Amino acid sequence: MPVVGVLALQGAFHAHARALKQLNVEVREVRLPHDLEGLDGIVLPGGESTTMSHLLISSGIFEVLAQRIADGLPTMGTCAGLILLAERVLDARPDQVSCSVLDVTVRRNGYGRQIDSFEADIAVKGLETPFTAVFIRAPIIEDVGSDVEILAVHNGVPIAVASQNVLAATFHPELTSDVRFHELFLNMISSGSTAHSGR
Amino acid sequence: MASTSSNSGSMRVNRGLAEMLKGGVIMDVVTPGQAKIAEDAGACAVMALERVPADIRRDGGVARMSDVEMIEGIQASVSIPVMAKVRIGHFVEAQILQSLGVDFIDESEVLTPADETHHIDKFNFTVPFVCGATNLGEALRRISEGACMIRSKGEAGTGNIVEAVRHLRSIIGDIRRITQADSAELFDWAKKLQAPLPLVQEVAELGWLPVPMFCAGGIATPADAAMAMQLGAEAVFVGSGIFKSDDPAPRARAIVEATTHFRDASILAKVSRGLGAPMTGIAMDEINQRYAERGW
Repeated sequence: MPVVGVLALQGAFHAHARALKQLNVEVREVRLPHDLEGLDGIVLPGGESTTMSHLLISSGIFEVLAQRIADGLPTMGTCAGLILLAERVLDARPDQVSCSVLDVTVRRNGYGRQIDSFEADIAVKGLETPFTAVFIRAPIIEDVGSDVEILAVHNGVPIAVASQNVLAATFHPELTSDVRFHELFLNMISSGSTAHSGR
Repeated sequence: MASTSSNSGSMRVNRGLAEMLKGGVIMDVVTPGQAKIAEDAGACAVMALERVPADIRRDGGVARMSDVEMIEGIQASVSIPVMAKVRIGHFVEAQILQSLGVDFIDESEVLTPADETHHIDKFNFTVPFVCGATNLGEALRRISEGACMIRSKGEAGTGNIVEAVRHLRSIIGDIRRITQADSAELFDWAKKLQAPLPLVQEVAELGWLPVPMFCAGGIATPADAAMAMQLGAEAVFVGSGIFKSDDPAPRARAIVEATTHFRDASILAKVSRGLGAPMTGIAMDEINQRYAERGW
């Protein structure tokens, strides 16, 4: 049974753990460097990226986490979790850290405030029927590098992407009972860190 | 690729924002400068208000929704979610805050109630609401009116955790008892709690509220925050506890770290060191107005 970590510094980590447990994986909350040992994959959840950035540093986990992901640890990032993976982040505090492993430009709160949050049924590459995507103060991916595959778009904007060992979405697959997006991530883990479903 | 319907203000979208704030600290701020300090310290959201509860308690008089310009100033100064308070039942204050694009409205007992019978019908709004509760019945009544987050009330402005502990234990204790009840007993629970039966049944099935539950009212130290989390709160609100202390910035950072590492006593010890004096605080027999009694 694969062991999947969920970064539990702040945010929707319980909801991700619930989804993963439905798929019969062992879930471990990750707060400190030693929690990373022996993981087969890790989820960086939604939440406040400024808060998580701060706690990544104070917990002493940032550098080892970034290195593990750069070394190929399968990683899924949603919303703030995507921001923590992006190479270029706009509208962030200057001291905000990123693991910088996903070749995208992302703008924080790109859709606006909470009253602009929404949900939409979207087509995702690798899923047979539409997936209900929940966007909450979501970031907008403004630009993707040539090695990044776009898995889903909404109104012409990429909302789910994959690159090597990284799967990321600007929406929240953990907020619905539909676990198919998490299944895509588990497929990525089981097929080896550099391949993923749909490529 | 095709895309279809959008649904702003849905229960899932609004409860979802509450989900994103879990494990975090929401800090009361009265100026853009304080909001920056809170964001710098790692707050997951700020509560914009004119006076912190300790000052409302000291000054007396009618406490109302904050000045619009002041709320806008705080919105402009930070990128994290901004919450603001309205008086219980004051749906027009809520309409105004929604038009400002506030991210979450707190229908709060800390302000002077505008309606002694009715809370706001929160289903009429796109913006999500948080409401306080002292017990499970009160929590479920607020959820039935559309609240997307519950916070245990505690006693705001006292720097005294005792009421928050009482309310958390009451709510969580009753949830635990309900999960043991059989289907016939749930009818009696609904009657006793004065709460809608379907919500009581949902609590029995989930073993939890259908929305996140945070803790508020009296948190002044990292240990207080961690205690609330260990008792079962999913995040904490800190009102007067930060900006009424000697040195707000390090205390704010320490409370953020304590809320994340709430079960790790060695980290709690580390962050509790050298913070200067906490707010003085008040014992419960020294106050003449219990805010927690407001709300119906």
